[in-house]
Amino acid sequence: MRELNIGPASEFDDPGRKIIAFDGVEVGVFKLGDAFTAYFNHCPHMGGPACQGKIIAKVDEAIAPDRTSKGMIFSKTQTNMVCPWHGYEFDIRTGVHPGNARMRLRPVKVHLSTDGDVIVTLPDARERPAA
Amino acid sequence: MLERTPQQFRELQEITIKSDTRDILAHATKQAESFEDYFLVDIDAHVTETQFWNEILACIDNDVIRQMAHGQQLRPGQGATALLNTVPGMSYQHVYGRIPHQAALAEVVEEPGAHHFTTLARRSMDALGLDYQIVFPTPMLTLGMHPQDEIEAAISGGYNRWLIERILPEDDRLKGMLYLPFNSPDACVELVEKYAAEPAIIGFTVTSTRNKPVHHNNYMRLYSLIEESGKPLAFHSGFNWSDPSFLQLNRFISMHAISFVHYSLIHMTNWIINGLPERFPKLKLLWVESGLAWIPYLMQRLDHEYQMRTCEAPMLKRLPSEYMRDMFYTSQPLEKSNLKILQCTMEAFNADTQLLYASDWPHWDFDPPSSITMLPFLADQAKRNILGLNAARLFGLEVKRTRPRAADVLASRPGVS
Ligand code: FES
Repeated sequence: MRELNIGPASEFDDPGRKIIAFDGVEVGVFKLGDAFTAYFNHCPHMGGPACQGKIIAKVDEAIAPDRTSKGMIFSKTQTNMVCPWHGYEFDIRTGVHPGNARMRLRPVKVHLSTDGDVIVTLPDARERPAA
Repeated sequence: MLERTPQQFRELQEITIKSDTRDILAHATKQAESFEDYFLVDIDAHVTETQFWNEILACIDNDVIRQMAHGQQLRPGQGATALLNTVPGMSYQHVYGRIPHQAALAEVVEEPGAHHFTTLARRSMDALGLDYQIVFPTPMLTLGMHPQDEIEAAISGGYNRWLIERILPEDDRLKGMLYLPFNSPDACVELVEKYAAEPAIIGFTVTSTRNKPVHHNNYMRLYSLIEESGKPLAFHSGFNWSDPSFLQLNRFISMHAISFVHYSLIHMTNWIINGLPERFPKLKLLWVESGLAWIPYLMQRLDHEYQMRTCEAPMLKRLPSEYMRDMFYTSQPLEKSNLKILQCTMEAFNADTQLLYASDWPHWDFDPPSSITMLPFLADQAKRNILGLNAARLFGLEVKRTRPRAADVLASRPGVS
């Protein structure tokens, strides 16, 4: 395991990210609100660069109490990243696909240093996803 | 803890319509390192021909129709769609910007001496690890629904000429299939007579999105000529939201999921029930872009009904499924959420010998070659067959390596670790 300082938290937009390539591994580090999350840049669908896609609110369908549809709306609570290869979406907070809980990005440990830098803990080579 | 220095890591950028194809596909290149010694043929990749629409319109033979096109182009916004029956406002394939490479490949292309498209195609071949790629059009896939048969014939004439004279001579790795303006059988015959001997034209395509019964007597001369040429006839499917049944579907996903298969089901059923395999026993048929799951469904359904209503299909000497098993199919979009079902599906039509890998690049539901190499139930030889050797057999392609090594492609780009 290795820790990597990828720079001050203040450099991140909200929502925002940095995707880093280091020593043969690619990791997307995301900021949403006060929380930082990080995932391997490796889509569980076909290995695409999931962290390099669009960041966009999840789409919901508004259903009235009488169960009629009031149309599609953007979620106010869930923001997704979209894998640019085929459009699989993953909740930035959990790395999980909104419609298939088994389809999830592999998380990477991330924390803030006392100086306010973002520190990513990279696993050893054998624990990384295959190409 | 490691100190932060600028050299320690690289930052990768968001993928947008401006990204280089090799960077978008860098992870596929990485995957290609594991099948470096395979021979790879992609049966179905696409040019967005409207990007080069002026060049294609200029290749239309008929003066009046060419002038009509140029007149159409005077209207702002119609430069790239003149004469076409597409509905640009409903081009939803890129999921509203979520899949940038489907929206546009607007990357920098600066390769002197090469056509813009050839450069894009080379980048995709190198990145995906392909030795050969067969080029199909994109908006023209629905040209069969154009109400004016003469426009379909004129555009297809222009497209074929552009492909044969301008694009295919640039790179031996690129091959084409002649677009047949199927609503005009005589025009199809003319085109086959003119181009069947072109070496870079390795087959003929009917775009399946149309309401024309493939068993009509008007097509028998066409099929005879194609059979004589020894080159295959491909039915390339597509979608059509205007079909009356599909007007009930309110989301693109619903229509798209059903529409491709719908046209393949209809044309295959007509082909079999009317005994065309018996009438053209040497004609090789290839079914493109409907996935695979429809094949065992139709095999079973037709076998079941045929044995009760044999009198309605008197030409047949075998079960419908047996004729279907003689045909060829392309892999994309490969349904693989249940691998057991996929395995049975592949066994049903002898995928080891009848299936051909297709990427569909740069479309939104493309499959990289790893869609085949990762299948746990396929033997190594079956993977090699599907990824290239079956295509070599069907199209008479020489089995030779033409692509650069994946490691060299990666080394030339900074986009992957
Ligand atoms: S590889 Fe990510 S959506 Fe397909």
